[in-house]
Formats: sequence, structure tokens, C-alpha cells
Amino acid sequence: MDNMIVSVNPHVYAKDTTQTIMRDVLIALFPAVIASIVFFGVQALLVEVVCVAVAVACEWAFEKICGKPITIMDLSAAVTGLLLALNLPVSIPLWQAAFGAFVAIIVIKQFFGGIGQNFANPAITARVIMLVAFSGAMTNWVPAAFSNAPVDAVTAATPLALLGAEGAEGTLPTLAQMFLGARGGSMGETSCLALLLGGIYLIYRKVISWHTPVAFIGTVLVLTALLGQQPLYQVMAGGLFIGAFFMATDYTTSPPTPAGKLIFGVGCGLITVLIRVWGNYPEGVSFSILLMNILNPYICDWTKTKPFGGVQA
Amino acid sequence: MKLHGIHAPHRKNTVDSAPTRLPVPPVITVPMSMNIGAPAKPVVKPGDEVKVGQMIAEAGGFMSAPIYSGVSGKVKRLDEIVSANGRFDTVIVIETDGAQTMWEGIKPPVVTDKDSFVEAVRQCGCVGLGGAGFPTSVKLNVDPDRVHNIIINGAECEPYITSDTRTMIDSADDVIYGAQLLQKYYTADRIVIGIEDNKPQCVKIMQEAGKGVPSFEVASLPALYPQGGEKVLIYNTTGEIVPEGKLPIDVGAIVINCTTLAVIAKYIKTGMPLVEKVVTVDGSAIANPQNVIVPVGTPIQNVLDFVGLKCEPKKVLYGGPMMGTSVPSLEAPVMKNTNAILAFDAKDAEDPVPSSCIRCGRCVAHCPFNLMPAAIESAYNNKEPETLKALKVNLCMECGCCSFSCPARRPLVQVNKLAKAMLNQYNAEQKAAAEKKAAKEKEKEAV
Repeated sequence: MDNMIVSVNPHVYAKDTTQTIMRDVLIALFPAVIASIVFFGVQALLVEVVCVAVAVACEWAFEKICGKPITIMDLSAAVTGLLLALNLPVSIPLWQAAFGAFVAIIVIKQFFGGIGQNFANPAITARVIMLVAFSGAMTNWVPAAFSNAPVDAVTAATPLALLGAEGAEGTLPTLAQMFLGARGGSMGETSCLALLLGGIYLIYRKVISWHTPVAFIGTVLVLTALLGQQPLYQVMAGGLFIGAFFMATDYTTSPPTPAGKLIFGVGCGLITVLIRVWGNYPEGVSFSILLMNILNPYICDWTKTKPFGGVQA
Repeated sequence: MKLHGIHAPHRKNTVDSAPTRLPVPPVITVPMSMNIGAPAKPVVKPGDEVKVGQMIAEAGGFMSAPIYSGVSGKVKRLDEIVSANGRFDTVIVIETDGAQTMWEGIKPPVVTDKDSFVEAVRQCGCVGLGGAGFPTSVKLNVDPDRVHNIIINGAECEPYITSDTRTMIDSADDVIYGAQLLQKYYTADRIVIGIEDNKPQCVKIMQEAGKGVPSFEVASLPALYPQGGEKVLIYNTTGEIVPEGKLPIDVGAIVINCTTLAVIAKYIKTGMPLVEKVVTVDGSAIANPQNVIVPVGTPIQNVLDFVGLKCEPKKVLYGGPMMGTSVPSLEAPVMKNTNAILAFDAKDAEDPVPSSCIRCGRCVAHCPFNLMPAAIESAYNNKEPETLKALKVNLCMECGCCSFSCPARRPLVQVNKLAKAMLNQYNAEQKAAAEKKAAKEKEKEAV
């Protein structure tokens, strides 16, 4: 009649969209990107660019071929690519990094239906697949700048390897080196400071809640203390910070309710400690998150909300 | 337990706008369906002269309310229109004479007890003016001994709208008089007016006006939408939870909107029934947002012409942006329960483009009733009425918090509405099947 738009309520919306949320995650990862370049050189940036570019390209190509709407502008593929890169050693061959990004986007994300449909975190799963497929390259740790690895060293053990195994050579980094990131490890996981800054930003922006990271890190802290490990080292070592703030908080593969998030975080912490202390691998963050991803539907079921005034039939 | 909600933008631009009276429009179109329940029945015919305050339609049943003319003039015709909710409705079209002659029969009703009070409320034509349009007399037609808490709703939690705010500022005495009447005829322990704390002036005014009224109190509540939702307000002022399938009176509460109460008080004082409304006119297409006193039945076009438009409105709402209904045409009339007309420009009117659910859980985190809208959506899409039943979609009040907070812009409220309809149909079918089975068994027994 008057060319008026008629639609169902509401007629106003919050500012956040999928795109702004993913943009916030990218912003939150920026300090970790800087840290990776500081400690591991420009090669780190190259790996990051390759992973992001391949992830976005794979998403675009898959959706194009399937005739689905192109969703690369929601930035979720870029987030997956960057998270994967930050979880790789800087010395990773670029083709392997590209393969990882391909697996994350095509196999883990798109084969299961795209954003919001995957049962496991794409970056984590891709990393685990790479760990199995390229175990040599994936555990080849280059010494970080400002670390206390010998000057002429080609490789350096991670603090967890140093803590765990006899025969691993090298001296443990100081707590300050651990916190700042001057130690062996995946290029984005070493700087707790950078990851903490990003995590606080995400909590401040209400992109994530405190429940998962606090439960995850807290569980590792308490359990390793009880088990007579060095809790501060354990908390800052390995991929715990990047896992707790950026991977275990993935919306699609973790519970939506505070109670569910706490269970999820505690479960991740528990499995991490079990693997670190008694497992064959020095590090267990990726496996713990992947295992909890699989339990996620059950946790969601246990922690269903109770409707206000609802009467059970 | 704290109920969830959203921090909607307030945009109460018209708080300081004392309502001005709209010049008498040339024609008004009064719809018969302005309340939940049966439509009113016209008692005038084309050619009849009507005056301000004269009954033009009687209540169409128990669950209904009479309608009075807000103008003087001549009934032109009775017409059929399609109303904003998509249903056919009868309208009485009145050509005004501009004189606004009062009807001679206007006199205060005789109120002596609860029954005559309820009858007066019925005669004044009042329906829930907060927006729901539930006939007020039906709500008040309860055993007085069951009422423990009388809750006056002054929350006005929808963005933009300030008509209740103006009621509290301009007619505080009427609200208090209404409260005293309720106290007289119902044995409530407590009478409380709930006001969101973004209206400190209203809190102050009501505290002043209510001084000396026994057991009257003002509750300043956090400005968290939907604070003014009936069950939300009951919980936040009394701690009582209205169980599924029950009414507020079942937990001893009556909730009444502050403007509704003021209209009742005015009628009992003067005999002038509900014929006009204070309407907040605002939105991005409005040049001078303000409050306007409008006869019920005035076409929206006349109101917009009066306040002035910045640009062509692309979406116009009855009520606020969270729960308001968009109108298909500017011919649509102002109704009894219209508390705002919001007109938006092309940019604000645009429907968002939905994308895939990312399972962020914001719809769950913001639902005041702890429902799981994303789960409801998938159950609806999979046509699983049993799941919908378990998810309690029937409790949804369609407040819009889920859609508001969804970053993927999923049409969650729309799906909830459809899911409720699906569940209702399923329940009806189940019931019919059970009855049929029972009848068959009975037949078998008889044989």
C-alpha cells in the first residue's frame, strides 16, 4: 500500500554480529601475533599469513563449489586459520601449515555443515591431525629469542619436556621468561602476557565469559599443586593459555550455560594434567579440548536451563 | 535467582514533552477489536449523531469492553478492514464536526462495593493499556480475599515510550486515587508501584504522592528490559513465580498498568470513559518527537502529519521497538492500547539478514524465562512438537530479548510464535485422538 516494511518484533538489535565477534577475536589475538614475531622472527608472520589465506580460500572455494552462501566475511575462517598458525612451531614447512588449514576448514568445519555445525574445534583438530601426520616437524622447537637456550642451538626443548623427561637438555626458563614468552613452544602459545591481554579483552567485550578459562587454568593449577608438580610452571607452560582463552571458549563446541562452561573447563584441566603427568605426550591441552568437545553434547544436556515457572508434566 | 534481560537502548527522548492535544482529525476509524477476547458490538448506525464520551459499541461478551467516541460528529459507515495483526475487523467510521460536544449522559458512576467497582471498570471501557489489551474488568473480577499484592506497572521498559512516564508525572494523583480504590475493595497486604530506575523523577513523584497512603510503596527497579513483563514484575516485586498455566491471581497478585489505573480513577471521578490516549510519537523518521493526546480511532497519518516527518517512514510501529507491531498502512488507527507510534527511516526499517547460528548461547543467557530459543528453533525446523513441549516454548512471552541479542540475527521470536502454534495444534490433535480412543473403548464396553 504505502510500501511499508512489516516484520515481526523486535525492531532493534544489539550491535554485535557474528562478524564483530570474530573481529574481536582477531583483535584479541593481535598481541600473540606480535609476540610470535618478536620471539620467533618474521617467519612466524609468514606461517600466519599462509594459514589465514588458505583457510579463507578453502572456505570460499568450498562454498562456491557447493553453491552455498559465501561466509568468508564473517571472519570465522580467518580466526580458525590464525589460531591454527599460532599453535604450530615456527619451523613448520609452509605446505604442511597450508595442509593443516585445509583440513581445519574443509574436513572439520565444512564437511559438518559450516559455521556452528562442527562438533570439534577446527583449529585444535587440525593441529592434532598434523601432530600425528607430521610428528617430527610438529615437535621441532626452534629456540625463542631472549630465551636461555645455548646460542648455537638449532632446537630447544619446551619447558614441559624439560619438566617431564629425563635426558631433555637445557635449563628451565625463569618464570619471567615463561610469562613473557621467551621459551620453546608453538609460536603463539609461549607469551602468557600477550594471551592474557587478549583474553581480558574478550571478557571485557563479553565475547567470552570468565567461566571456562578460570575453570580450566584453575584446575591445572590446583591439580598440579596437589600432585607435587610445579603449578606456576605448569600453568604457564604449553598451550594452556591459548587453549583456555581462545580454543576451549569456542562457541560451537562448548556449552552455552555458565554451569556447562565450568564443567567443560574443569574437564579440560583434568585431562590436560592427566596427559602431562602420566601420558606419553608432554602436552595435553589440545587433546583435552578435543575430548571435551566430544563430551559437549552431554554436558549441554546435563546443564539445560530450567524454565521460569515451568511445570514438569 | 535473578531474571535475565537485555540492556536495550533507552531513547526516552520525550520524557520532558508534556502531551499536546492533536487537532480534531476530520475522520476517525474506530476498530471493534481493541482487546483480547471478543470484539465489541456496534450500537450506532450510519447517520447517527455521536458526541464525546458516548458509547458507540457495547462489550461483545464477558471477555470484552465497550467503546466510546472520542469525537463529536456523524457516523458515516461501518466498514471491514484488515488490522495490523492480519485479521478482519469491523470499524466505525465517524466524520467529526470539530465541536467536540460532550455527551449529556456523562456522570460519575456510583461505586459502593467491589462489584460496583468492577462494573464501573467495565463501563469505562478499560483494557490493559500497557499494550496487552486484556479487559481490565475481567482481571479485577476476582475474590478480594485472594489478592495479597497489588502491583502497579510503571516500569515502561520499552525503548522510546514515555506515555506511562507522563501519566506518573501529570496524573500522579489519579494513579494514587486508583490505588486507594483498589485498596478499598481488595484486601491486599501491599500495594506497590514498580518503576525502572531510569525514571528517577517518577520514583520521586510517586513517593511524594503516595505519602500517607497505608501499605503503599514505590519499588525502583533496575532498567533491565523486560522489567515491565507481568511475570517479571511480579517476581521482582514479590519474589513469587507464576507457574505455567496459572494466572497472577493464583500467586495472590494483580498487576495493573499505571495509565490503566489513572483512566479508571478519572472515570470514577468524572464519568469520562476511555476515549483518548497519550501517545509517544518518536523514531528516526519523526522531526519533532513528542507526546500527543489522540482520540482513539485517529488514523496514524493524522498524528504523523501533526508532529512532522523528517523523511518518508519505511516502518511504523504500534508500541515500542521490542514488542511493537508494524503496521501495513498509515490508515491504521490509534487504538486503546496504543501507547506509542514509532516511525523509522529506511535504514532503521531494514530487516536484518540472518546467518547461521554460531551457538554463542546469547539467546539463552538473555531469556528472562530461561528458555533455549536456539534449541526451540531447531526443534521447530525438525517438526518435533514433543521436544517443543519439553523446551516449554509455551512460556515464551515474545519479549524479543533472544532476537535482539542474536549476533546471527536469527528470527527467533518469529520462530517461537510459529512453534507455539505448532505445539498448540499438536496438543489439540493429541487431545482429540485420546477422546476418540476413549469413546471407542466405551462403545466396545457397551457391546
